Amino acid sequence: MRIDKDLVAASATPLVLAILAEGESYGYAILKRVRALSGGELEWTDGMLYPLLHRLRRLGYVTTEWRTPPEGRRRQYYMLNNDGRAALAERRRQWEAVTRALNNVWRGPGGLLTAVGEA
Amino acid sequence: MESLESQIAEWRAYVASAPGINGHDVDELEDHLRHQIAELNAAGLTADEGFLIAVKRLGDVDGLSREFAREHSGRLWKQLLVGSDEEPARRPTGWFETLAFAVAAAVVVQVARLAGDFPDEEPNWLFRNGSLFVLPFLAGYFARRRQLNTRGWVLSLAPLAVAALVVNLYPYDADSATEALVALHLPVVLWFAVAYPYMGGTVGSHERRMDFVRFTGEWFIYYVLIALGGGVLMGLTAAILEPTGVDVERIAVWVLPSGAAGAVIVAAWLVESKQRVVENMAPVLTMLFTPLFAVMLAGAAVVYAATGLGETFDRDLLTVFDALLVVVLALVLYGMSARDPSTSPDWMDRIQLVAIVSALVLDVMVLGSMIARIGEFGFTPNRTAALGLNLVLLVNLAGAGWLSARFLMGRSRFHRLERWQTTYLPVFALWAAMVVVFLPPVFGFS
Repeated sequence: MRIDKDLVAASATPLVLAILAEGESYGYAILKRVRALSGGELEWTDGMLYPLLHRLRRLGYVTTEWRTPPEGRRRQYYMLNNDGRAALAERRRQWEAVTRALNNVWRGPGGLLTAVGEA
Repeated sequence: MESLESQIAEWRAYVASAPGINGHDVDELEDHLRHQIAELNAAGLTADEGFLIAVKRLGDVDGLSREFAREHSGRLWKQLLVGSDEEPARRPTGWFETLAFAVAAAVVVQVARLAGDFPDEEPNWLFRNGSLFVLPFLAGYFARRRQLNTRGWVLSLAPLAVAALVVNLYPYDADSATEALVALHLPVVLWFAVAYPYMGGTVGSHERRMDFVRFTGEWFIYYVLIALGGGVLMGLTAAILEPTGVDVERIAVWVLPSGAAGAVIVAAWLVESKQRVVENMAPVLTMLFTPLFAVMLAGAAVVYAATGLGETFDRDLLTVFDALLVVVLALVLYGMSARDPSTSPDWMDRIQLVAIVSALVLDVMVLGSMIARIGEFGFTPNRTAALGLNLVLLVNLAGAGWLSARFLMGRSRFHRLERWQTTYLPVFALWAAMVVVFLPPVFGFS
C-alpha cells in the first residue's frame, strides 16, 4: 500500500513530536523509529526530516545540542520541551477528532466499511 | 573504483553548494548518510551499493535545498534562490522595466514641480503630495515583478487612490499644522501600502513581513549610497560649471527631484537583484551601530533621568527624541531580521536589550512630560500625533524588551520576539493612516 503524499506530510509533525516525547533522539534514529512504527508503510524521503526538525526548533518545540557520543561522530540531538509537549497534545486531539469522524462514518449505519473492505 | 570516503567527500561538496543548506546541515545529513550506509553494509551490500542507495534515500538535492530554503528564509534571502517550484522565476535582470518605472516617477515629479512653479513658489500641495508622486510607481513595479493578478493590482493601488483623495479633498487652513503632519505621515502609510505588492499579496505571512523589514533596511542603505554619489556628482558639476557662468541652480532643480524620485525605484531594484553586495554590508552596519546607539541611549537615559526633562524640553527636542526612538526601533527591527533565529542568545542580543530598555526609559520620560503639557495647555494636532507615536512606540518597546529579556534568560524562543514584531507592524501603518485620515477633520483642518 502506498500512502498518499499529503497524508504523509500531514502526519509527519505529530509523529516526530511523539517520537521525541519518548526521549531525546537524533535524525537517523528518528527515521528508523518512523519506519519501525509504521511497519515500513510510511515512506519518507530521508532528507526531508531535517527541514522539519529545524522548523520544530524555530517554533520552539524542541531544543538541540551537538554532542559526540563515545564511539562515533558529532551529531545533533533533539529534545522535546514543554511547548513541544503542549503542541503534541494539541495535534493529538486534532488527529483523534479526525479518526473518530472517519470511524463513525465507516462503521455507522449504512456505512461504507464493507465496501472499503472489499475494495 | 573510488573509495567510499572520496565519494562521500564529493557528495558533501555538492550538497554544500546548494542554496539554503549550510555547513551544519551538511554535517547532519552526512551523519545520516553514514548511518544508512553502515546499516546497508551490515545487511550484506557493498560499500558502493550502500552509498548509492543511501544517497537516493536522502532525496534529490534540488528538492532538499528547496525545503531547507523554505524553512530558513533568511538564508534564502542571502542566497537568492532563483526559480523555485511555486514562485515564478524572478527575472534576474529586469533593468529595462526598472528604468521605465524610474523614468515615469521622475517625469511625474517634474510635471508636478512645473505645475507648482517650484522653486519660485512653494505651494503646500506639492510637499503634501510628494510621496504620492513616487511610491505608486514602486507599488506598480512590485505588482509587475510579482506578476499579481487583477485583484492583486486593485488591492495594491486602492490604498494609494484613497490616500490621494483624502489628502487632496481636505480643506486645510493656511499654515495648517495638520497639513504638515499629513505630509510627514503619508510616506509611512504609502510605504506600508507598497508592502502588499512586495509580499505578492501574502500579507498574513510573518516570514514575508520579516522579508519586508529586511527589504526596507537594505533599500534605505542603497538609497543613502545613491544619494551620496549623487551629491558628489552635483557638487563637482557645480564646481566645474560655475566659472563658465552657467546658472547651476537651474540645472539642480531639474536633476535633483528627478534623481531622488528615480533612485527610489533603482534602490528597490538593487535590493532585489544585487543581494550579495548588501548582504555583506548590512549585518556589519547593524553590528557597528547597534552598540554605538546603545551606549548613546544609555548615556542619554542616565543623564535625563538625573536632571529630568524639565525646562529644556520643548517642541524641537521632542522631535529629536521621536526621531531617535524611531531610529532605534528601526535598528532593532533590522538587526532582528538579519539574525539567524535558531542560534542561542549572544552579546548582540544583550546590547540590543540595553538599547531597548534605555529607549523605553526615554520614551516614558517624554510621555510623562507630554501628558503634563497636554494637561496644562490642552490637545493640539502636534501633541496628539506625538502622543500617539510615543504610545505606539512604548507598547512595542515594552513588548520587545520583555520578550528579549525572557529570551536571554532562556525562558522563551527568539521566534516569539520575531513574531511580536511582525504582528505589531500593522499597528504602525494603522497609526500613520489615522493621523492622515482622522486627525485633520478632528482638529478642523487647523
